[in-house]
Amino acid sequence: MGDPILSVQGVSKSFGALAANRDISLDLRAGEIHALIGPNGAGKSTLIQQIAGGLRPDSGRIRFLGQDVTHLGPARRAKLGLARSFQVSALAMEDTVLQNALLGALGARGGAYRFFGAALKDAGLRQAAEEALSRVGLLDKAALQTATLSHGERRQLEVAIALTLRPKAFVMDEPMAGLGTAGSQQLTAFLDGLRAEAPILLVEHDMDAVFALADRISVLVYGQIIATGPCDDIRANPDVRRAYLGEEA
Amino acid sequence: MTRETVVNAALTLGLLIVPMWALMADEPFIITLATRVAILALAGVGLNIALGLGGLVSLGHAAFFGLGGYAMGILASHAQSYTPLITWPVGIEGTTSMPLIWLVAVLAAGLGALVIGALSLRTSGVYFIMITLAFGQMLYYFAISWPAYGGEDGLSIYLRNGFPGLNTLVPIQFLALCYGLLAIALILSARLAASPFGLALNAARQSAARVQAVGLSPYRLRLVAFVISGMITGLAGALFADLNRFVSPTMFSWQTSGEIMVFVILGGVGRLFGPVAGAAVFIILEHVLGGISDYWHIYLGALLLLIVLFARGGLIGLLAGKAAHHG
Ligand SMILES: Nc1ncnc2c1ncn2[C@@H]1O[C@H](COP(=O)(O)OP(=O)(O)O)[C@@H](O)[C@H]1O
Ligand SMILES: [Mg+2]
Repeated sequence: MGDPILSVQGVSKSFGALAANRDISLDLRAGEIHALIGPNGAGKSTLIQQIAGGLRPDSGRIRFLGQDVTHLGPARRAKLGLARSFQVSALAMEDTVLQNALLGALGARGGAYRFFGAALKDAGLRQAAEEALSRVGLLDKAALQTATLSHGERRQLEVAIALTLRPKAFVMDEPMAGLGTAGSQQLTAFLDGLRAEAPILLVEHDMDAVFALADRISVLVYGQIIATGPCDDIRANPDVRRAYLGEEA
Repeated sequence: MTRETVVNAALTLGLLIVPMWALMADEPFIITLATRVAILALAGVGLNIALGLGGLVSLGHAAFFGLGGYAMGILASHAQSYTPLITWPVGIEGTTSMPLIWLVAVLAAGLGALVIGALSLRTSGVYFIMITLAFGQMLYYFAISWPAYGGEDGLSIYLRNGFPGLNTLVPIQFLALCYGLLAIALILSARLAASPFGLALNAARQSAARVQAVGLSPYRLRLVAFVISGMITGLAGALFADLNRFVSPTMFSWQTSGEIMVFVILGGVGRLFGPVAGAAVFIILEHVLGGISDYWHIYLGALLLLIVLFARGGLIGLLAGKAAHHG
């Protein structure tokens, strides 16, 4: 199997007295979708932030592509090939959809310190941006101001920007939220193919999507991982059923 | 052509017609007013890069305006008194050549902005405002307490500095120089806004997390913008000093920072011609209302309040509508 692409080793984070997560370990292997599920407030987004570099863990280590990235900032991790999408969209709302995608292409290519020549007329950037938009089905909205997009479309744009980075791993925080049934199914099919390009750590509430996509599932409850394994094991796990799936199973 | 382009063209036309009329009507004072507008607009174009594109509310741009002013004052005073600027380790003379003075002013302001920006950009929000304000005040008190260059009284220059091929003492010729520099700054500023750097800076203002997530550093983008911004405002400071043939610590005062910000807000934050419209209206109000009442700032304050409350895009926004998204 080889070394995991991403590995989280004994990571913890507290906000004051509140332990958002404790001693978390999980990894992401080449070619897989690893779903992270758990009730609201379990600490999923906190873990994603720790992995992406927006929050520093209180303890533990994070390795990416064999390198210890625990102390690197988010920009450095992105440069190494870690792409993320945010649960609460982080987009340039006043800019157009295309400009947001161009930003991703610019980050991936470099040359952000060019002061002349219009970014919109840069053929290389534009091609990368439009290709990513078309892959998530947003190309026809390219000229719209981002603030006019629906919540679901904003999630798609988040994914498109991640695509422009041509990353070595994706970390996605609830990309299906607000998409509706048809949208969820489309994105599910898309992510299914995407895992061949780079593995995905997927936080998701949509259980249909999770069971359709995940190679492995980790269940986070009250800041701790109570189980990790293939879909069937997780479905059958009594602790998981009691703590989390109980009401749905 | 968008409505904003039309408004900008009308403004440009106005700025050209007024001095031509003044020339024919023999009203040199009007030409001086137009020169003030151009120079103050230039200072605002500088601030607009930090404030409009970068979202950096700097209340310390007087620091760069003053550095530019003192660069001119110091260089010219040494040249006019035939005393060297420094004699060790190398002898450096003063100069009365505008291009050289501009170069020094831009470099001094850029260096100042690098130092002030590097420290203040580690904070944000109200702390950033206070730190930039504090740096401006530091320079203000430094200028007051530095007797070599006039201290509190400031420093007068006998003759306006020279520009090859022009007689800068002729008001219309000096005005042409200032217009030329303003035009160059506007063109560069428009290109900057549309450039890859402008795209990234603009995004960093809206969502720093997004910019980091694509592998860029908001801090570095902002620092570079702050330096460019300071350089342009510094150039305006050198011209302002040359217009008045006088520099004083007032150029460093927080009131100066406030006025530069007023030009930008009045005209429209982030709008290319915002500082031009803002400076023009400011000077017109000062001239018209100042003749009626010593308390004309009250009316300016009321206008500013109305603009901030009801016209977020400033005068340009009022005339041209909402900003296009840099298309
Ligand atoms: N920045 C923060 N400061 C304080 N508490 C936080 C912060 N971020 C998250 N929390 C708390 O940490 C817990 C985990 O939150 P989160 O990671 O967002 O959960 P999830 O994504 O699983 O719903 C919650 O109780 C939340 O209120
Ligand atoms: Mg969450």
